Amino acid sequence: MTISFIHPALIMIVGACLLPLVRGPFRKPYMFLVPLLTFIDVIYLSQHAGTYGVFQFMNWELTFGRVDRLSMIFGFIMALMAIIGTIYGMHVEDEWQHIAAWFYVAGSLGVIYAADYITLFLFWEMMAFASTFLIWARKNDEALAAGYRYILVHTFGGVVLLLGFVLRYQATGDLSFVQLDVASPELYTWLIMIGLMLNAAVPPLHSWLPDAYSKATAIGAVFMCAFTTKTAVYTLIRSCSGFEVLIYLGVIMAIYGIIYAVMENDIRKLLGWEIVSQVGYMVAGVGIGTSLAINGAAAHAFAHILYKGLLFMAAGSILTTTGRQKLTELGGLYKKMPATMIFMIIGGLAVSGLPLMSGFISKSMIITAAFESHLLWAGFALTFVSAGTFLAAGLRLPYLVFFGKNNCSEETWKNADDPSWNMQLGMAIGAFLCIFLGCYTPFLYNMLPNTDVVFHPYNAYHLSETLQVMAFTGFGFYMLRKYVMPQNTISLDMDWFYRMGGRAFLWTVKNPLQWFDTALSKFYKSVGISCLMTTSRFWSWFDWNGIDGLVDGTARCVRAIGRRATIVLQRGNIQQTIYYTVSFAAVLLVAYVWL
Amino acid sequence: MIINLIDYLRDRLQTVKYCCYGVMTFIVIWSMSVDTSHAHTWAEKMIPGFWSLFGLGSCAIVIMVARWYGKSGIQAREDYYDN
Repeated sequence: MTISFIHPALIMIVGACLLPLVRGPFRKPYMFLVPLLTFIDVIYLSQHAGTYGVFQFMNWELTFGRVDRLSMIFGFIMALMAIIGTIYGMHVEDEWQHIAAWFYVAGSLGVIYAADYITLFLFWEMMAFASTFLIWARKNDEALAAGYRYILVHTFGGVVLLLGFVLRYQATGDLSFVQLDVASPELYTWLIMIGLMLNAAVPPLHSWLPDAYSKATAIGAVFMCAFTTKTAVYTLIRSCSGFEVLIYLGVIMAIYGIIYAVMENDIRKLLGWEIVSQVGYMVAGVGIGTSLAINGAAAHAFAHILYKGLLFMAAGSILTTTGRQKLTELGGLYKKMPATMIFMIIGGLAVSGLPLMSGFISKSMIITAAFESHLLWAGFALTFVSAGTFLAAGLRLPYLVFFGKNNCSEETWKNADDPSWNMQLGMAIGAFLCIFLGCYTPFLYNMLPNTDVVFHPYNAYHLSETLQVMAFTGFGFYMLRKYVMPQNTISLDMDWFYRMGGRAFLWTVKNPLQWFDTALSKFYKSVGISCLMTTSRFWSWFDWNGIDGLVDGTARCVRAIGRRATIVLQRGNIQQTIYYTVSFAAVLLVAYVWL
Repeated sequence: MIINLIDYLRDRLQTVKYCCYGVMTFIVIWSMSVDTSHAHTWAEKMIPGFWSLFGLGSCAIVIMVARWYGKSGIQAREDYYDN
């Protein structure tokens, strides 16, 4: 059966291009309709697995639509998040933010359905550039600088990826985006992995994430938290599953993220660190590479997009109404923002993996896969991180924002309120899905890529394990809470190297190089110019006296001879003049005849 | 409504605390009766309330490591990158 293939990304792109033309009362329904149509398209495609949109471009075959179980689940959640994010941001008048967000979603969907590296790269870069505008849309100096850092880092990642797949093409003549041979990795395997890894924010290439997400606009961060890292996880599953180094990197990432999250003062940066930590689970899952681990990585990405979107929506609500995002400037807000508080707590409990919440049914798959693969250290380390996650996002964050000491200024307190209906609706949908996934496991489990494994999260032992860890983490937090109070600090990280490196470069240019340049121009002025002047003075003298003298002398000579001849030959006697003339003519005639 | 509920609970912090301790005790006691055939290592089977200790230890380690790490110079003043 042939089906008509319309690429979901195309709907978003056309929708984004037409958005500025749709104004007034039509704007909001239109904004709801475009992501909805994309979502319907994604569902329609998931009923018809296959390969579509194959084009011949020069010597290469570009495939825009590879629809299989893995691309289905990621396409589904991305399109769903696009709906939630758009509803959340519907009140924003600035259409450029929506256009950037939709292009960004289109880039993500394009990557997910792409089956060759050229198409992948095209959409990969579309994501990077579109999302930069979501940072710049904040329109302050900090956001401008963060946007430049973000785009530079991502351009670097893109170039590494490009280098990787071009080398692979040279070696194998193959551009298809499929599982790489991770058992005997070549240079290009590493380069491709590093390129993809940068987007998944794997240390040491992770600093762009908390930096950019905390500076983006409220709705910008909601979109960004969902798409870049999870699309990267998808590409890692597709190409690098079973790559052992990813287990180590994933576990390091999970621990690293959580330590920074506990130190953080900025709520959106804290959530950014949480993303680093949670994506660590997925990266570790990809590294383990068994059917259960890959299912776990996909499931966790699915659940993560929803609860992290919810947390960023709640943080965005706080930012929108109060204009503040630092814990040292917030606190005690439960009285002013009760609905936001509930949504943030639901998000926090879901990320912590409380039973009946989405995190519980996804995270445990990866941990179980680690134990089943006899990677005990990885299993214990990831359980350790889940305690830290509950501490950072489930306890510390809501406690310090909504309870705890009230650090709000009078103005902040006055402005604090639950946000507009559409923002609350976005959060409500997210919260509902977080609980729904946790309670009705087949919804998510039936979508998972590998159908050969079954997993039952709700067994007594697993429940008792999770509840014990969470209860005693809560107790630990209660006892040690004075050590995790917010402080007016920022945490230095890997971005120190490029921020300070950039400064060192600027200093080198400004100081030694510029000094050298100034010295050179001074030397030139004093020595070069005077040499030049002396030389030119000599030539001017030579020209005046030598060349001009010769020319003038010749002219003077001719004039003198002429004058003398005139005096001798033209004395005013007509007969003499005729005589000379005729004689001269006769001489000429004779000479002509004879010669 | 929620605000009233929270205020009501805040006024009775001691009771809430005892309830929490009660829940914790219940969880630990219940965990001892759970079938441990799914356990991954011997430690989980042999040590009663293994995951409780693990949770408490993890929490303490995360807090202390973060504190030590932050104090070691990683936490810098906010205008660190400003000129």
